[in-house]
Amino acid sequence: MSKEIIAITVIDRAGTEQAIDLPTDMNLNLMEGCRINELPVEGTCGGMALCASCHVYVHTEDIIPLERGDDEQAMLDDTENVKPNSRLCCQIRITENLEGAIVELAPETNGGEEDEDW
Amino acid sequence: MITTDIIIIGAGPVGLFTVFEAGLLKMRCHLIDALPIPGGQCAEIYPKKPIYDIPGYPEILAGELVDNLMKQIEPFKPGFTLGEPAVSLDKTDDDQFIVTTKQGTQHKAPIVAIAGGLGVFVPRRPSIDNLRDFEEKGVNYFIKDPEPYRNKKVVISGGGDSALDWAIFMAEDFASDVTLIHRSQSFRAHPDSVQKAFDLAEAGKLKMFLHSEVHKLSGNGSLDAVTVKQKEKEDFQIETKHWLPLFGLTPKLGPIAKWGLELEKNAIVVNNALDYSTNIPGVFAVGDINTYPGKLKLILCGFHEATIMVQHAFKKIYPDKRNVLKYTTVNGVNGFE
Ligand SMILES: Cc1cc2nc3c(=O)[nH]c(=O)nc-3n(C[C@H](O)[C@H](O)[C@H](O)COP(=O)(O)OP(=O)(O)OC[C@H]3O[C@@H](n4cnc5c(N)ncnc54)[C@H](O)[C@@H]3O)c2cc1C
Ligand code: FES
Repeated sequence: MSKEIIAITVIDRAGTEQAIDLPTDMNLNLMEGCRINELPVEGTCGGMALCASCHVYVHTEDIIPLERGDDEQAMLDDTENVKPNSRLCCQIRITENLEGAIVELAPETNGGEEDEDW
Repeated sequence: MITTDIIIIGAGPVGLFTVFEAGLLKMRCHLIDALPIPGGQCAEIYPKKPIYDIPGYPEILAGELVDNLMKQIEPFKPGFTLGEPAVSLDKTDDDQFIVTTKQGTQHKAPIVAIAGGLGVFVPRRPSIDNLRDFEEKGVNYFIKDPEPYRNKKVVISGGGDSALDWAIFMAEDFASDVTLIHRSQSFRAHPDSVQKAFDLAEAGKLKMFLHSEVHKLSGNGSLDAVTVKQKEKEDFQIETKHWLPLFGLTPKLGPIAKWGLELEKNAIVVNNALDYSTNIPGVFAVGDINTYPGKLKLILCGFHEATIMVQHAFKKIYPDKRNVLKYTTVNGVNGFE
């Protein structure tokens, strides 16, 4: 029987590991999975690979492949702090194969809210 | 000082439609937006993507929706302060508000409608140590008016629509020398624009460096040169007084957070049972910027909120006037002279 709930680990921007549960039967992507778990992932573009607010580093390449889609690659080309293991997690579908995956949230663009001088 | 009936902060779809609904009640509006163009997220993030849930339109491009809204509000002759973020909101002794932008433009009205969406769009800045030293001194993230670049030597970075559109515009006999620098070889811009840029490069009108990025800036007080890092090649310098890093924009709630409004998770708490008023009497919030139980961040919902909100704004401005709802079918749209 396929698993309806899987567990993965997200390392937040403070470096803390958070274990989260994700449903596999709701047709969600990992950006949405982070949001339903109240992790600080904005998902500004709703998951269209247009904003990079869901940028993560993949620590388990055996579970989440590092191959990027064309739109995803093009968006990452215009993004800061990109590493070889960067992915936009809205482009990663939640399936039972993701069980045990570890991802780390990349820094926010421009260092977050405080950085602006109004 | 600009005076009006309703100051609308944010010229996204919801701010624009607010002008229409206010106009039907004979209230004048002035829109303020940090972006140099109207349209908010629709214009900045996805102008060329189709939307399928605007009632009556099985499919419409986000950019077209903005054009249509601009046409729809035209009779009401709204004022615009574009390219300027609103940074402060102050109450006056005569029960009005003054909204001031970062550039110092002041606006006065009895009603303020905040339609700020996800917040002010700010540039996605590349990580270069002394970048801030050159902002507005050779480094610019917005092009409000291309005139300062006429017959100049310009370097543009980025691979999206705005980087390509501007590179093409400037390369077509506008600037004297145009270089486009991009981190890879594929672009996230419209395929027609990409083709055009390559054609211009072929024709020798646009210099293009792929797999490259600007990583150092130099100058004495203002920009004199950029240093470019190229994959598997030596760094090189381009002398230029103008570098335009166009990596797109990202929204930040920004100044609104400090105005004494009740907030919840970066959104303004409003009274959805009545009129979308905030905790400051006379200040309303509509569209993506507000929150209440069951809130949905959709254009359709913002339009509804704006329609209800202006009825209450009318009562606040004209406490003694009586008003009844009139269909546009019956009365048409009577704009301002
Ligand atoms: C990729 C994508 C796809 C989407 N698809 C759909 C869809 O299919 N259907 C749908 O209904 N919705 C969709 N949305 C959501 C929709 O775009 C938003 O609900 C809508 O744009 C909200 O409109 P708004 O006017 O409230 O805010 P916005 O469009 O965010 O506009 C707010 C404006 O306020 C300005 N602003 C903020 N603060 C200040 C300040 N202090 N001073 C000056 N200016 C300020 C900003 O610069 C911005 O221009 C989508 C969004 C994205 C990103
Ligand atoms: S949510 Fe915008 S790129 Fe993933």
